[in-house]
Amino acid sequence: MERKLKHVEIPSSEITPYNLYLSRRDFLKTAGIVSATAFLTACGLNLPSTTASGTAFPTGTPTQSPPVPDSGQGQTTDELGNPLNTLDQITNYNNYYEFSTGKEGVNPLSKDFKTTPWAVEVGGLVQNPKTYALEDLFKFEQKERIYRLRCVEAWSMVIPWTGFQLSDLLDEVQPMTSAKYVHFITLMDRAQMPGEGNPLYPWPYSEGLRLDEAMQRLTIIATGLYGQPLPNPDGAPLRLVVPWKYGFKSIKAIVKIELTETQPETMWNDISPNEYGFYSNVNPNVDHPRWSQATERRIGELSRRPTLMFNGYNDEVASLYTGMDLRADY
Amino acid sequence: MPTISLPKPRITWLQVTTHILGWLPLAWILFDYFTGRLSVNPIQDIEQRLGRIGVYFLIGTLACTPLSTLFGWREFLKRRRALGLYSFLHVSLHVMVFVDLDYGFNLSQVYALVTEKLYLVVGTIALLILIPLAVTSFDYFIHRMGRNWKRLHWLIYPAAILSLLHYALAQKGDLFTLRGNILKPFLLGILLILLFILRIPSLRRWLSGFRSKLTVRTHHLPQAHKITPG
Repeated sequence: MERKLKHVEIPSSEITPYNLYLSRRDFLKTAGIVSATAFLTACGLNLPSTTASGTAFPTGTPTQSPPVPDSGQGQTTDELGNPLNTLDQITNYNNYYEFSTGKEGVNPLSKDFKTTPWAVEVGGLVQNPKTYALEDLFKFEQKERIYRLRCVEAWSMVIPWTGFQLSDLLDEVQPMTSAKYVHFITLMDRAQMPGEGNPLYPWPYSEGLRLDEAMQRLTIIATGLYGQPLPNPDGAPLRLVVPWKYGFKSIKAIVKIELTETQPETMWNDISPNEYGFYSNVNPNVDHPRWSQATERRIGELSRRPTLMFNGYNDEVASLYTGMDLRADY
Repeated sequence: MPTISLPKPRITWLQVTTHILGWLPLAWILFDYFTGRLSVNPIQDIEQRLGRIGVYFLIGTLACTPLSTLFGWREFLKRRRALGLYSFLHVSLHVMVFVDLDYGFNLSQVYALVTEKLYLVVGTIALLILIPLAVTSFDYFIHRMGRNWKRLHWLIYPAAILSLLHYALAQKGDLFTLRGNILKPFLLGILLILLFILRIPSLRRWLSGFRSKLTVRTHHLPQAHKITPG
């Protein structure tokens, strides 16, 4: 009898403290309510604005747009007048296969992801290779940037990021003249990121940019959004944001940045090179080989809207690609 | 030979289960809608769920014959029609959501997509096959069409393959190199192949022969059932 009882005993380390358990339940409850209201508001209120915006953005005609301001503090729209997506939308609909291939599965699975201590190794073809602790990176001027994020799956959001320009970091480590590309690598930690055990993907996640793309002022390393530290499902503690490229280029949970001479291997390009090019610039005129990229659904809206060339950042980034055939270099 | 037995007005539990299963997914979607459990991209959420459920029912329809071969339970065969029609119901709703909610009845855009994009070409062919199958599913047509009914309904095989291909091609990943987000359609494909293998006539004969041998053996030991565990 005594033996039997001993057998079922649970070590105290495995018992969730009651207050933690309660707060979890509370979170789930509020999350449910918030998403319910978000959905209802989305249906009820955004319908007229959707139809209006349909006429405001004709396909493929990039109108002269104001440059993206450095400080979007307190603003409720991007520079084109698009309203921000809610924090609830931004943190509950994520493509982050390290945690889950289900977009709603990422949030719960990333809840306990450990982001401190965190270090980023910056090396390769640079004069001053350096490993930065997360805190060190806050010495670079933190800016607020409201960007549109366009996923290759044809949905999009408007997100108020905070972060620093990647160019500030690169200026400090000083790329050598032979450096042509920047390679980014995500944390590899199967214990925390269960998706990295999935053998159908060449882990760890990695991405790359041409050096001039990396130096462009719109390219940032985000450390937060909505004025708070970057939420786990969005790539905490720091991620790349390249707003004129499809979302998968904006790699999350970066631990390594390496300057290279040759074009680096990137994960989706490795999986399916004819579908996910190295450049992957948002381009309504060049379809993904399997689906159209001409339109997108803004999260929170009911009808589709036309996708803009370079995701609406044509004026600021088109010059990076002069003379290039964007159909060949997709 | 058409296997039409005289209808006995008797409700079986398999029948009840089939119909509960048939309406459960829609009830679930409605529940999620009204309680705010759909994703923040609700149209796509509903659209993809309906499509997946349509494929599940299609595979369920094709599982009836192998299940009856394996277990010698002919009642599975009587549930085929209902399962097939539940598949068609979900596929139709899936297409309606695509045309209406997703593309806002922009028919020229829908037409362009359906003719240009492989996954949509494949899916559309599957739909065009399923329509006449659903229409001719009534007893009236079974009697009237005779031999041709079976010939026409043989098309469920290509329809199932194309539906699954449509699903796989819409995923981010590569079905042929087995990389990316293709695990689900891949496993469903294996299941479909297994179901096809179980239809090979010689294997079927062997299986039913094997089963009747088993049945004979158990009949020799009638007491065995009565022994209660101590």
